[in-house]
Amino acid sequence: MTTLASERPAERPARRITLRTASPRAPRSDRRAGLLLSSPFLVIYLLFMIGPLLVGVVVSFFNTTTVKSGLGGWVGLSNYKAVCEDSLFWSAMWHSVLFTLITTPLLVVLALAFAILASRIRHGTVFYRLAFFAPYVVPSSVVALIFLWMYTPQVGLIPKIFDAVGLTPPDFIGTTSGGWTAVVLMTLWWTFGFNFVLYTAAIQDVPPEVYEAAAIDGASPWQQIRFVTVPLLGRTTSLVLILQILASLKVFDQIYLLLGGGPNQSTRPVIEYIYDTGFTSYRGGYGAAATMVYFVIIVAISAVWYVLRQHRTAAAERPAPRPERRTS
Amino acid sequence: MSGALARRRFLALGGGLALSGGLTACASPLATGLSGAQPDTADVIYWNLFTGGDGANMVLMEDAFRKAHPGLSVEATILGWGNPYYTKLALATASGTPPDVGIAHLSRLPLLAAAGLLEPVEDAGVGELGITADKFTPAAWHKATVGGTVYAVPLDTHPFVLFSHTDLARKAGLLDATGAGLKPMKDGAAFTDALKAMKDAGAQYGAVMSTTADPATCWRYFSMIYSGIAGPVVTDSGTRIAVDDDAAESTFAFMQSLTAGGLMPKSLTGSGVNALFSTGKAGFLFDGEWQIPTYRAVKGFHFNVTPFPALLGPKPVAYADSHSLVIPRSGKRSAARTAHAALFIRSLLDNSATWAHGGHVPAWLSTQRSKAFLDQSPQRNYVQAAFNAVYDPVAWYTGAGSDFQNTVGATVIEVIAGQIKPKAAVAQLRSDLKRYTTARPPVTIG
Repeated sequence: MTTLASERPAERPARRITLRTASPRAPRSDRRAGLLLSSPFLVIYLLFMIGPLLVGVVVSFFNTTTVKSGLGGWVGLSNYKAVCEDSLFWSAMWHSVLFTLITTPLLVVLALAFAILASRIRHGTVFYRLAFFAPYVVPSSVVALIFLWMYTPQVGLIPKIFDAVGLTPPDFIGTTSGGWTAVVLMTLWWTFGFNFVLYTAAIQDVPPEVYEAAAIDGASPWQQIRFVTVPLLGRTTSLVLILQILASLKVFDQIYLLLGGGPNQSTRPVIEYIYDTGFTSYRGGYGAAATMVYFVIIVAISAVWYVLRQHRTAAAERPAPRPERRTS
Repeated sequence: MSGALARRRFLALGGGLALSGGLTACASPLATGLSGAQPDTADVIYWNLFTGGDGANMVLMEDAFRKAHPGLSVEATILGWGNPYYTKLALATASGTPPDVGIAHLSRLPLLAAAGLLEPVEDAGVGELGITADKFTPAAWHKATVGGTVYAVPLDTHPFVLFSHTDLARKAGLLDATGAGLKPMKDGAAFTDALKAMKDAGAQYGAVMSTTADPATCWRYFSMIYSGIAGPVVTDSGTRIAVDDDAAESTFAFMQSLTAGGLMPKSLTGSGVNALFSTGKAGFLFDGEWQIPTYRAVKGFHFNVTPFPALLGPKPVAYADSHSLVIPRSGKRSAARTAHAALFIRSLLDNSATWAHGGHVPAWLSTQRSKAFLDQSPQRNYVQAAFNAVYDPVAWYTGAGSDFQNTVGATVIEVIAGQIKPKAAVAQLRSDLKRYTTARPPVTIG
């Protein structure tokens, strides 16, 4: 497995770039060009990521009002204290975690299963790949609207189907369990295409000789999947897993659009809590403090993953690609 | 070399095109959006949160304005009811791109006004158009005043009222001599007897109300009974708990006296309420008057709507809220636009008999006393409720659709369901309120 990985030519340029930026011997003009070429990104990154982050840190120590200019009065750490003591913050945090716990395994396993199935299809591979990925490019507002129609009691498609087979349709919008079901199903349909694409790409990277060798050794198709494909996708799985965990923890749009965090705030994720306090209640400083607490939690999770990954990849040097990923 | 030149020339040409395109597009909403200016796509830009029947009535009223002022255009935007609307209104105003006229619940006014988001209506010149205190329901006008300044023009009062099933009421002997209204009930005991009479007349329940996952209705119910014997539950702009423990306890006990004896169900969903009341299985319904259109749609169903009688205190109290018209603050609005906004507000008031079809009591007295309104039944039967109106307490966190209503209402739901004793419920009410009174207010009210 290790040998195979290090033989892949596609990885070489990536490693070379790492070497060059780290090397003090790179020609000066090269370094200047590098800086120049990355400056548009750096400017935007500083302006729209680092800048607001610093503003948020500052604001979290003040009683800032969202709808008035100025910082408001200095309140020290009391915003943080209030956030940490607020049971609603922690229940919102739990809702985000719960959503992550439900969606992550499903989104990883289903994406893997469908990617393998799609790769083994002889005809119409492109169609299947496109069909599975297409929902991912639909904006969240559109997806939420369509699903809301499908879930609407009495008139929606799904309750109608339940009625047709003689079952009582669950109340998808009005109850907590129904709400979670509705949001999870919608998220599965909507975002599993991203993981599907990552897996599809990884499957294409598996050299055909391995399958050939497995076939010669008498491995059945299922054994090939079980003992060749899945193990070789291990690195992709760890990447997909962390991307999915981070994306799921950031959940906001589906729940906000479909359920409004309801019924009775029982599905409200932490981002909506931040939005509600920071914007709806105008408590900018407090909202910023809640954001920082949440930020620390996310960073902690990422750090744990990073350490684990460093540990696990001590032998295999192949750095995993890190594509951008939107909230889901 | 020539290739590179050609490319540069191409880029320059493209940049020039983009620039000139941007200049010519200055008047478009896209360009104003990019530059952060208010898009002047109409003479009056109006935001509201009305859908359904109210939304349709509002469109009729906008059309009446267009007809009366053919030279002026109105652009109405409907946003999601409740928090989404108020969040957008506040943020748009704070960022300098507010509408010219917006709807606001009077219960939501204190925070909007204290945050400096609203223009005092006097400054907009509504006084010159005859919009003055003496021409409105006093309770509504009073609630439109924050710290001595009037920030809103009330459009209506929408109280929590008593629906009654006419046939059952007749059978129960509750109708007065005219047959149009209910016999007066002097206190809570008489009210309980009326519920019993309804049940004896063949109803499954004396009365119903929506409780399951409906904290707002439960809060209205609590607030109405409690306000008969005590003042607001929070004072000092919402920073101090002012619950009268005895009053709250007797309020909760009264609620449980109705459910414990089977006169009212301990829990019921909104659709359950609908089914029971419209099929004669419940004598009374406790709900907002905005439910009138719902029951009017039921064929062959006769019902009346009256104010609640005095239940625990000496005088009847109606829990109510009001829709009002506000002019969000804008440094960039011209005097002409402000004048158009005032004209538009006056026009909506003049046409508020149309608005009353949704069940709301017009706050504009000349409409309230007009034939167009007095011909509307049952709307004319509960006008008094608008005068006895008690609103949400003044605080930064109260008001229609607020978390405050949800939190306190959740406790009331438990009380009605019989899951908690009145005394324990008072303690829970206090702890509900504490999370708001101890939170640091984003702005100082008053």
